[in-house]
Amino acid sequence: MTSTSVIDKTAQSGDHGPENYLTCASGIKSWLGTLDHKRIGLMYLICITFAFTAAGLMALVIRAELFAPGEQLVSPSTYNQLFTLHGAMMVFLFIIPGIPAALGNFVIPMMLGAKDVAFPKLNLTSWYLWVTGAVFFVMALGFGGLDTGWTLYPPYSTTTSSAVVLSVMGAFILGFSSIATGINFIVTIQKMRPEGMGWFQMPLSLWAFYATAVIQVLATPVLGITLLMLIAERTLEVGFFTPSMGGVPVLFQHFFWFYSHPAVYIMILPAMGVISELITTFSHKRPFSYSFIAYSSIAIAIFGFLVWGHHMFTTQSPVANMVFSLLTFSVSIPSAVKVFNWLTTMYKGSISLATPMMHALSFLLLFSIGGLTGLFLGTLSVDIPLHDTYFVVAHFHYVMMGGTFVAFLGALYYWWPKMFGRMYNEFWGRIAAVGVFIGFNLTFFPQFIAGSQGMPRRYFDYLPQFQIYHQWSTVGAFVLGGSILIAALNLLSSLRNGKKAPANPWGSPGLEWVASSPPSHYNFDEDVPGRDPYDMELVEWGGSPEVGYVPSAKAKAAFEEARKKASAHGRAH
Amino acid sequence: MTLLNMNMLLASAALPQDKKDIWMPEQASTFAPGVDWLFYGILYVCIFFFVLITALTLFFVVKYHRKSPTQETGGPTHNWFLEITWCAIPLAIVGWMWFEGFRGFMEMRTNPKSGDAMRVIVNAQKWSWDFTYSNGAVTPDLHVPAGAKVVLSMNSLDVLHAFYVNTFRAKMDIVPGRINEMWFEPNLPGEYWLQCAEYCGDEHSRMRAKVYVYEDQAAFDAWLESYDPYKGLEPIAAGKLVFESKGCTQCHNVTGVNGIGPSLKGAIGRERAFTDGSKLVTDANYIRESVLDPKAKIVEGFEPVMPSYKGRMADKEINFLIEYLLDASKN
Repeated sequence: MTSTSVIDKTAQSGDHGPENYLTCASGIKSWLGTLDHKRIGLMYLICITFAFTAAGLMALVIRAELFAPGEQLVSPSTYNQLFTLHGAMMVFLFIIPGIPAALGNFVIPMMLGAKDVAFPKLNLTSWYLWVTGAVFFVMALGFGGLDTGWTLYPPYSTTTSSAVVLSVMGAFILGFSSIATGINFIVTIQKMRPEGMGWFQMPLSLWAFYATAVIQVLATPVLGITLLMLIAERTLEVGFFTPSMGGVPVLFQHFFWFYSHPAVYIMILPAMGVISELITTFSHKRPFSYSFIAYSSIAIAIFGFLVWGHHMFTTQSPVANMVFSLLTFSVSIPSAVKVFNWLTTMYKGSISLATPMMHALSFLLLFSIGGLTGLFLGTLSVDIPLHDTYFVVAHFHYVMMGGTFVAFLGALYYWWPKMFGRMYNEFWGRIAAVGVFIGFNLTFFPQFIAGSQGMPRRYFDYLPQFQIYHQWSTVGAFVLGGSILIAALNLLSSLRNGKKAPANPWGSPGLEWVASSPPSHYNFDEDVPGRDPYDMELVEWGGSPEVGYVPSAKAKAAFEEARKKASAHGRAH
Repeated sequence: MTLLNMNMLLASAALPQDKKDIWMPEQASTFAPGVDWLFYGILYVCIFFFVLITALTLFFVVKYHRKSPTQETGGPTHNWFLEITWCAIPLAIVGWMWFEGFRGFMEMRTNPKSGDAMRVIVNAQKWSWDFTYSNGAVTPDLHVPAGAKVVLSMNSLDVLHAFYVNTFRAKMDIVPGRINEMWFEPNLPGEYWLQCAEYCGDEHSRMRAKVYVYEDQAAFDAWLESYDPYKGLEPIAAGKLVFESKGCTQCHNVTGVNGIGPSLKGAIGRERAFTDGSKLVTDANYIRESVLDPKAKIVEGFEPVMPSYKGRMADKEINFLIEYLLDASKN
């Protein structure tokens, strides 16, 4: 536990109400040297937003180029760099740190009633490692770019003249950022739960964050080693992977996917976690089968390590494929369990269609399509024609964007009032949610059809028969881009024009909503006892949206008792 | 296509009607019916579950819509029967998918005995294909008879590629440094696209070839017997055909503008500087050496990415090529 901070709590008190973590210190140094998990979370949020914007604009250029066969806007080599960097930046700079490092950083300690994460300095170090890794990516852009695809398969990656070493160094450093965050969250969740909060009294998102952190810590080192081997291959010509030097290209594919498939669960598990929060809060009821949801997170983390070989169905031996196909199907069960549990949670609920819930419902449908289409790809014979086509592109975008990105947006809307103390415009929030849903489906659903018709992925040019699907997809991409822009403008304008947010606008009994909006520097003004995060009797409607939900008599009594206990404890010393 | 002969035209005239639908294209090999049967089986399962999930979501959202902030909630938080059911049913369904998928896959990956099969050697390179048949003929497109079991023995000369003919439902990665064998049995005469499905660089998307499926073995044999793409052609025209059919044009041209490789306009008879620092006035033998051992001399400013054509281009063809390049350099 820490109480150290470079921020002098008494430095400044704003004119707008009581001092909070945003106003308690000012100046660039108070941010760049902060150890406050909330400020670090915000710094992550700003940085990953830039990365998302850059990689998203690349996607729009790609879609514009593909509007018709042949060359429209960019050359083939520029196109190859665009899809490579779009993938690499989205994966390493946005999705992996997205929900855990930006939003998780902000809410995990608060959900535990704690002042901060277990290792605040390590937390800040993670952020600096992220920035360093991002700088390497930008440098790679200036030194020839990267045209290998984010998968970096040799021997193409060991022979291309683009800036492989610089980009790989970037990913290597980002890996350490991810490991450090993982260690921090494991220790925080393991050791800093308040009194009265056992494992099975934790909010479900903490189970998901915990499972994610375990994968980060166990899998990312494998990526680090693989990337170093690739660097050694290029600079010292060692001959691990390049046949002309006596190496085996498929070895790299095994190493790469041994990390990168678990990484898919690093990307989706936190999304599943926050969706559990959104659906329970906006149904205003206890989740159906808490323990199944919790255990399914762990099951996904474990099975996720055993399915990497399904990326090589068109390469490896039938026996290996049979085993990997079986293991791949096994991971579909805990995902299906989660979907059914979320659905049943809504049964006999009090369902509010506030903006975050619009995203949760959108997630539910898009993730279902993403998960179900995975069944085609896990089935060996059916995968053969679909492998490396747009069917795969559509499938993982349904999971990564329709799933993780939509959950990220929903979670951002959900905790935004807590983070900034402002309510955004509900009307525009919902419009943007519908726009994202429509734009997303318009973009990616036609790609399932194109893929089954035989449109291979990573194609600059294509046969005219695929044009109709590409045109729908391109139109959809701009609808999607426009809707995300509306969401961004709505959130940003709320900082200036938004109504003041109450401490608990949505009625969640989670501890983060006990703190004021925005929270004070140390989150809570007194020690908070652990409590059931889904006991809706702990909160009651305050009578108006300006007041939101307030602690019920039951909650007040519990706090009072904890206070008495603490003071008795204090006297005993 | 210049290589198309009468047999082929007859074959395409006899094309049966396309049985395309929105998902899978026409079925042109014996693998296709099995794959499609399973594909549609999975599709119906997916549609069932998606409709179920969507309908329940909409129903709950409408039925339990929040009318007041103090609305009562209820419902169970645990139900063993439901939980076991929704684990067991999906488990049984995916078990079926796994088994059927594996069965179909074993058929695809169990090559026929060598006596029953027609073997074709395939070379994949950035960014073209060539196919070598039993009599030594080499073609830039793949020609096969309907009803024959075709075994492809595939090599990559540089990076990863993948052989992908969607109408056959056939795909396999071609990994350099090893022989990659696959088979299929085409059963619908016609012409289809072969595409590269594993990313291989700038012209990846244009690394495609045609697959011609002949009516029967006799039609194919007749084609193979008479196959001489240079028959009746003058050396310059034959050289142009070599240049265009052997993959040269993916990197080279005769317009004077450099591509991935140097332009070959005026490639013979001028001084060129090489990456090892040497200089040379090029002659016909320089072209010959560059075809057979491309890495011997790399023109300054270019990457050593061209694969060797040793054994893949006959002396006669190199002669034709030189005639063509000399002619193309004139104007």
